[in-house]
Amino acid sequence: MQVTSNQFKHAASLKLADPKVQKALRNAKGKLVVARSRSIVELDNFEEIREAAARIRDFGLQHMDVLLEEWEKKAAAAGTIVHWAETPQQVNDLVIGIARKHEVRKIIKSKSMLGEETNLNHALEAAGLDVRETDLGEYIIQQFGETPSHIIAPAVHKSMDDIADLFAEKHGRPRLDDIASLTHEAREILRPHFLDADMGISGANFLVAETGSTMIVTNEGNGRMTTTMPRVHVAITGIEKIVPTLEDISLLLRLLTRSATGQSISNYLSFTTGPKRPGDKDGPGEFHVIIVDAGRTKVLASEIREALRCIRCGACMNHCPVYQNIGGHAYGWVYPGPIGSILTPAYVGIENAIDLPNASTLCNQCGVVCPVKIPLPDLMRKLREEQVQKNLRPWPERLGLRLWAWTAARPAVYGLLTGIAARIGKWLGGRERLLHKLPAAGSEWTSGRDFPAPRGKTFRELYAQHRSRGTQ
Amino acid sequence: MSARDNILRRIREANGHEGATGAKERETILARLDARVRGPMPTMDWETLPRFRERCIAMMSTIDEAGSFAEVPRAVASYLKQKNLPTSGACWPEFARLDWAGAGLRVEARPSHGEDKLGITGAFCALAENGTLMLLSGEDTHATTSLLPENHVAIVAASRIVRTMEDAWDLLRSERASLPRQVNFVSGPSRTADIEMTLVLGAHGPFRVHVIVVDA
Repeated sequence: MQVTSNQFKHAASLKLADPKVQKALRNAKGKLVVARSRSIVELDNFEEIREAAARIRDFGLQHMDVLLEEWEKKAAAAGTIVHWAETPQQVNDLVIGIARKHEVRKIIKSKSMLGEETNLNHALEAAGLDVRETDLGEYIIQQFGETPSHIIAPAVHKSMDDIADLFAEKHGRPRLDDIASLTHEAREILRPHFLDADMGISGANFLVAETGSTMIVTNEGNGRMTTTMPRVHVAITGIEKIVPTLEDISLLLRLLTRSATGQSISNYLSFTTGPKRPGDKDGPGEFHVIIVDAGRTKVLASEIREALRCIRCGACMNHCPVYQNIGGHAYGWVYPGPIGSILTPAYVGIENAIDLPNASTLCNQCGVVCPVKIPLPDLMRKLREEQVQKNLRPWPERLGLRLWAWTAARPAVYGLLTGIAARIGKWLGGRERLLHKLPAAGSEWTSGRDFPAPRGKTFRELYAQHRSRGTQ
Repeated sequence: MSARDNILRRIREANGHEGATGAKERETILARLDARVRGPMPTMDWETLPRFRERCIAMMSTIDEAGSFAEVPRAVASYLKQKNLPTSGACWPEFARLDWAGAGLRVEARPSHGEDKLGITGAFCALAENGTLMLLSGEDTHATTSLLPENHVAIVAASRIVRTMEDAWDLLRSERASLPRQVNFVSGPSRTADIEMTLVLGAHGPFRVHVIVVDA
């Protein structure tokens, strides 16, 4: 997916001014936040389970090599064909290679965020393959020619009216005006494709080292179709998805769907271990799994490795006051919200996502709701430090901070300058005691609101006055 | 160097290892896999069968009971009649010998194809915690039968209802040497909320899941 994260500020201001986006975001926020809070109380020891989940994920990260080798051994024994890819390009080439070998024409796809990372659909289409997203949200987004704005609710920024217009146009049928009918029309349109597709592509929520399985968490049934109906199934997944045992998965699943949609469990949990067995009447004849690095080992070696614990629930974005107001597209790449503000710079280069680690108030709502206890604000702070150390911040900011540091280290100069500024500020504030426009970087602050004018004296002056009065 | 070798080398470097992990450490790590330790569980002060019923309904399945397997066809027929649903379809071969015709149904023991409106399956077991069916793919337990038809009827013996997913894995390990091609946990009809966060049942899989618990 093309990276546009460096246009964050501009994109965010457009989203803030877009009434449709604002309406959709208000609706989603109310539902997801409430649903999560209602469902986690079902777990009376939620914090204990959360701590255990973080330990499971850390064990996976710390022993990733051994666990992946074990997974590979078990998967191969079950007949799975395992591939490894270092780059997004290699992922796409491998998938296209498998498609060519099997003379595939039509592909059905179940949701994969990794596929978004590698721009897989685009690569498949360029290779002359017919590829269809089948998750309803992803299908809508593909028909619009857009990208997902949320990792679990890709079309959350679209209204029913948008989708009704789209379907009427693309399906060539009368326009429908209720959500159930639209959903069922998509079902009717996609069903024949499930039955005659040659290949299915899915992601994986987890890899189980103990059994060599891949597993997916879904609600719609398209994931089961994708992994069962076509004659070839390819699963693509990041190396960090490795989990030791089925017991560990059982624990993680108690947290995942509750954190994501507020469901106690999702409709379908599908564990796939190898292709069709002798005698089986359904299932693919070949099952390929592509294990992908694409920047993950770099993150593993870095100060932000805890980000790899992520189980992609979306709770951090659902609870983020920034995401709640601008939605996912402004973040400019695959993963929005707080986790996106960390993964995007890590995967596409910190210089290509300069605003993202700063697109947060560090309020720590994300850190509080994260089911695997990723310290998201700490990681954003580390990325901010890295930006400063690498001299990536814009020059006026760097100059401004250097000037500030110079004066702050000299109390007399600091006192003099702030004293002058406080008096000018008071004069400019006038009777309203408000500044409508600040100079330099402050102008962005005042572009949306007024700044309370200083009252004419600095804290240092008032403090000195108070002390001298006190000693008299 | 292959992509595999490069990735594994970078993982080891990132974790501060030089070269492949030693045999002894490997053994310790893999011992954790064999130990299959359960993590902390929430308090579960409920009875298995009532919980299963309650959670099936919460997941929007419907639930009924039958005194024996022989009574199942009539229970299925009365459900279909009450909901005014089609009365023909496919079932898993294990139920081929039930008297479907006697209950006025046309049920064939074969994998389901795209045209069936009714799919009748058993289950490897069921899970009380969330009202879940555990289905294994296999020669006679066709995955399509619980997926393609609009109406899925699942027949579950009461003695096969376990409490949690951990219990279900233990049962599977005790009865099977390895995992089948696919294990599916099914909790209610397929659904989506992808348009305006509004829940709609019957996304790509069944619109309805009807569970019949047999006293067996």
